Amino acid sequence: MTATAGSDIVTGAINRGPAARIVARTSAGALRLFLLVVALIWLVPTFGLLVESLRDPATFTTGGWWQVFTHPAQLTFENYSQILKDGAITSSFLNTVYITVPATLLVVLIGSAAGFAFAWIEFPGRDWYFLVVVGLLVIPIQIALIPVVKLYSILGISGSLVSVILFHVAFGLPFAIFLLRNYFAGIPRDLMEAARMDGASEGRIFFRIVLPLGLPAIASLGIFQFLWVWNDLLVALVFASPSNQPLTVTLANQTRQFGSSIDILAPGAFLSLIVPLIVFLAFQRFFVQGVMAGSVK
Amino acid sequence: MAAIELDSVGKVYDDGTRAVTDLNIDIADGEFVVFVGPSGCGKTTALRMIAGLETITEGELRIGGRVVNNVPPRDRDVAMVFQSYALYPHMSVRENIGFGLALRKVPKAELNRRVEAAAAKLGLREYLDRKPRNLSGGQRQRVAMGRAIVRQPQAFLMDEPLSNLDAKLRVQMRAEIGTLQRDLQVTTIYVTHDQVEAMTLGHRVAVIRKGVLQQIAAPQDLYDRPVNVFVGGFIGSPSMNLLTATLRRDEQGYVADFGTMSLQLPPAVVAARPALAGQAGREVVVGIRPEDMDDGSLAGVQPGRTLSGVVELVEPLGSDLVVHLTVDARRPQDLEDIAELAQDNSVAGTAGASDAGGGTLVVARFSPRSTVTIGQRVEVAVTTEQIHVFDLSTGAAVWDAGVPASAASN
Ligand SMILES: Nc1ncnc2c1ncn2[C@@H]1O[C@H](COP(=O)(O)OP(=O)(O)O)[C@@H](O)[C@H]1O
Ligand SMILES: [Mg+2]
Repeated sequence: MTATAGSDIVTGAINRGPAARIVARTSAGALRLFLLVVALIWLVPTFGLLVESLRDPATFTTGGWWQVFTHPAQLTFENYSQILKDGAITSSFLNTVYITVPATLLVVLIGSAAGFAFAWIEFPGRDWYFLVVVGLLVIPIQIALIPVVKLYSILGISGSLVSVILFHVAFGLPFAIFLLRNYFAGIPRDLMEAARMDGASEGRIFFRIVLPLGLPAIASLGIFQFLWVWNDLLVALVFASPSNQPLTVTLANQTRQFGSSIDILAPGAFLSLIVPLIVFLAFQRFFVQGVMAGSVK
Repeated sequence: MAAIELDSVGKVYDDGTRAVTDLNIDIADGEFVVFVGPSGCGKTTALRMIAGLETITEGELRIGGRVVNNVPPRDRDVAMVFQSYALYPHMSVRENIGFGLALRKVPKAELNRRVEAAAAKLGLREYLDRKPRNLSGGQRQRVAMGRAIVRQPQAFLMDEPLSNLDAKLRVQMRAEIGTLQRDLQVTTIYVTHDQVEAMTLGHRVAVIRKGVLQQIAAPQDLYDRPVNVFVGGFIGSPSMNLLTATLRRDEQGYVADFGTMSLQLPPAVVAARPALAGQAGREVVVGIRPEDMDDGSLAGVQPGRTLSGVVELVEPLGSDLVVHLTVDARRPQDLEDIAELAQDNSVAGTAGASDAGGGTLVVARFSPRSTVTIGQRVEVAVTTEQIHVFDLSTGAAVWDAGVPASAASN
């Protein structure tokens, strides 16, 4: 991991002169151009969705979203004010938030604590328990739906937000523990021992050493879990009562009721898309290479 | 600061590997003791048991008189400098050094004062706000030292702290560690496989082989009175030449007979070794250090003080000339110690270096004024007063009859 750290690391061909430098420059430039094109192609549908959500529904039949370039007058906030007035959409948007945020936080917290324990704390049967966790990875969600529905009715939490959250946490944890345990295990043992010599308890080591150093893995896990739960339809459809429906379920219902209802779907979908995008942008700064640089050696 | 006592300490790892056996060492308050030995001999294991990072499976460890076998590292109040430095990569130099104090809830103002003082002592003042990744190897090493000294612990434990530095920096940091320890007077245990580091730093040096303490003594004693072939060969560079000889009595005392050549043991050597009598007429191992051999044409050729050999290789070092020659003598083949020394001395190794046709290869340090050339037959003047004699079957040094060699200078 240290190899990615300093700029003093020599890689590949050495710069031999102006020609070599031009080659280096152009190959970097070509890569950048390529990535830019890919990013643009990726962004076009998103941009289209945004524009569509801002168009007057009456104009939908006249052509695609690119019409706004010639007819800017088609743009309006009417769709958004409509869906914001619609209680179903706003409350299901909030439901999505109420489900996603705790389901993500719990998975990240429990996953990193368990990952730390599996990687660094000696306890009897540790590796067997970890094998069980790995085994859970391959259990498909679908086979758990019916037993869990029964379990929830025994527990008396059927249809509640808690029931949806718990299901997401339970099925998010095996992967979270697997990923974080393996990442944490890569932290040099000397660091843990140095902290132990410095007087740190296991708890301190977790919070002061493992969490900060595990941030790249924790951030990626957090984002994936967030996206998974935010976009989930199946689990919510099975477990959430109508008043606890998240946005995905509500949007799906809209299509069924009205046939084509782009004026609701487009802004709804965009709302549903923009939050994960913000989350991603906020967390991407934790994806850093070489966090371990300078530590050992 | 405290004394550290190892009382029959031993370690068997969970997988059954025996790493340390019956280690008995008393380290005085403020003393600097170096554990030295070839890699894999159990030095790190011993140090980690003292640190509390490894359980002690046998014996008793006392720090400051208190038995600490079952005390966790954070309550032993010792600081460790790791071979890898083990700096916290996400913390600045300031936070790295202050981490131990912060964990002990030292008030902010005092913490800052102590961190600054430690940094000043190590020349790290300007780097306090940098991250470890932006430091050079030498600076990282200093931060690791700073983290240890800032806590003012009972003892410092250092595991090959200089092995990741280049040769020049290593010499400089070695001197600094020595000075620092003298200033702070903190009990220090320092682990290394480098006998030069051991000799220059230690008040006493403990030579360990395969988990067993061979000898613990002041550096000069270790050099002058090695208790066995292993210590003799391990301490000193290039290492001691070992040759098989028959010990013969004559009217002046004893002669070490190599076959075609022989060396007369001077009265002082004989007087210091009452046990020689028991070896008379038997084969022994004779140890001659390279620095006790010189070019006969410069130092003078005297009967009973001269060996003869053919030059195989000449390495001019400026200060002296390292000359490899083959002499007509036998090497003690079947001693286990020698095989191990041969493994350890990959560079300029003599004890087990392959022998060029017929004779045995020995290494000598000639005066730089010597003009010997490869292929030449030379007479080698031996300072026989410095000769060492070991038992051929056990490898133990021949000293007093009654004292078993391994306990001789403990
Ligand atoms: N965790 C461990 N489990 C089993 N054997 C070990 C372990 N650590 C070290 N050893 C073994 O113990 C012996 C001593 O190792 P070590 O103390 O690291 O030697 P040194 O530091 O002198 O090079 C070696 O044979 C090594 O293979
Ligand atoms: Mg070691």
